[in-house]
Amino acid sequence: MAKAGYSGSYVLDFEQPVVEIEKQIDALEANPSAPRFAEELATLRSTRDTLLTKTYGGLTAWQTVRVARHPARPQTLDHVDAMCRDFVQLHGDRQCADDPAIVTGLARIGPFKVMVIGHQKGRSTAERIRCRFGCANPDGYRKALLKMQFAEKFKLPIVTLVDTPGAYPGIESEERGQAEAIAVNLREMSRLRTPIVSVVIGEGGSGGALGIAVADRVAMMEHAWYSVISPEGCAAILWKEANEKTNTLAAQALSLTARQNLSNGIIDAIVPEPAGGAHRDPRAASDALQGWIIDQLRDLSRVDPDTLVNLRFEKFRRMGSVRSG
Amino acid sequence: MAEQSAPASRERTWEDEGLGDKRAVPEGLWTQCEGCGETLFRKALEANLMVCPKCDLHMRISGSQRIAQLLDEGSFEAMDAGLTANDPLGFVDMKAYPDRIKAAQRSSGQPEGLISGTGFVKGRKVVVCVMDFSFLAGSMGSVVGEKITRATLHALEHGLPLIIVSCSGGARMQESGLSLMQMAKTSAALARLDEAGGLFISVLTDPTTGGVTASFAMLGDVIIAEPKALIGFAGPRVIKQTIRQDLPDGFQTSEFLLNAGFIDRIVHRSALRSEIARLIDFAG
Ligand SMILES: [Zn+2]
Repeated sequence: MAKAGYSGSYVLDFEQPVVEIEKQIDALEANPSAPRFAEELATLRSTRDTLLTKTYGGLTAWQTVRVARHPARPQTLDHVDAMCRDFVQLHGDRQCADDPAIVTGLARIGPFKVMVIGHQKGRSTAERIRCRFGCANPDGYRKALLKMQFAEKFKLPIVTLVDTPGAYPGIESEERGQAEAIAVNLREMSRLRTPIVSVVIGEGGSGGALGIAVADRVAMMEHAWYSVISPEGCAAILWKEANEKTNTLAAQALSLTARQNLSNGIIDAIVPEPAGGAHRDPRAASDALQGWIIDQLRDLSRVDPDTLVNLRFEKFRRMGSVRSG
Repeated sequence: MAEQSAPASRERTWEDEGLGDKRAVPEGLWTQCEGCGETLFRKALEANLMVCPKCDLHMRISGSQRIAQLLDEGSFEAMDAGLTANDPLGFVDMKAYPDRIKAAQRSSGQPEGLISGTGFVKGRKVVVCVMDFSFLAGSMGSVVGEKITRATLHALEHGLPLIIVSCSGGARMQESGLSLMQMAKTSAALARLDEAGGLFISVLTDPTTGGVTASFAMLGDVIIAEPKALIGFAGPRVIKQTIRQDLPDGFQTSEFLLNAGFIDRIVHRSALRSEIARLIDFAG
């Protein structure tokens, strides 16, 4: 049970001052004569809240990446647990494997029956290894497409939750056509005749993210990141070395925050997170996510499939920035 | 796409590690083959389509060389040649993106990394796009994505076959999310061409990796590769670092992809024109 608030063992350095205050709150609360310190407690809590709001209101791009990777941050299955009813997980790509790095299944969200698809990073060490830390194989992308086509057939809207550092780079993933699997998803998602809503809930790493995110509406959670490459990858190439300093510079250069992606026209909305990030209050994060998704599904349910597909095409058709000669 | 490391040159994109060995052949009377070391008379090499007569290495060629080799002489008409890159994100690493663009324009003699237009292959009219590796490693930013999209829609509108010759390290980092979105944009345009019954022949040359492979390059109705080209999603060095194992011989080559079932044919450069013409006739 959380005490003063978030009490995970993993502490981000820039959260340290907040943690110090939380320790004092915990100590006071544990004191048998706590009621006598009500005033002090209230002051401490308010100081903590102010500090959290301030810290999280001014995160640098690299700090955002680290929040997005926080081990206690809610993952796809946590959000599904919190926002969905009657979740029926569906496994396998019917060709080769069942990739645990992408989970798919039927569920109810508010008044809607949907197909949910999302990257899963895993929580325990064993699960994280099994999920390859959210890096999907081609089988994962093919499973996702198969379930999306099921959704299209039965006129169910699709909800995808993106949380991956990138598609898995391995021998088998190349042998089984990682590039082809992602490419086909991009093409097929662009013409699926059912609404698609995507949210980057944590990490949105490159083609591995986009492979389930060609959607009518795309949002990012407030402290998620979305970019063509990870800051470390970018730093290693453009700055020759990935370290704390170059990662910070690369993250800044990549315009990967929710706010920047919104202003660059890559996403449509930002889903606000509770003060101090989703890892401090996963339930509140899921509630906000659920609210946004339901709003979009309600809007999109009024659009006929032809119009929907045309609008989706036009949305991506407009993306980019060129200079005409 | 998870962890990357530095390639030899800053001009290359992240997908491109380990690809730096085969550079475009420098100008001069004589050229040394990087495959077998043979000294070759440049004019003879050009007449042989920049394929080493001794070891058959298919050397990397520029976009304009490719156009000249592929199309009937004098038939090419460029489209969208005036499109150039913006710097929408104000991207600066050790160099500013606009400076990289200018340097690439100077060294390649091209405004951007892709040439598109219409022309004829053995008398058959086509829409053609060719990528130029000498321009920022053939990386796909907004201009490359836009030109491919326009070319695809042009092919759709005029009922012409589309040919795209890929040669690229992947998406262009300096346009970040906007580059990434070109993958969706080009793939969506190809979905439309597909629905209209249009023919898309994708030609993969050395190298074709990253976001280019993971979008339009793998979506051909027919996918052809030149011999021994490096083709893949992740760069070999990234894979090696991730799995901490040596990669098998011939990993991510055209021949490897053919065996794995992801390309239709490996075609020698000297046969490319006639093979494309024949495919157009079958599909037409
Ligand atoms: Zn040779």
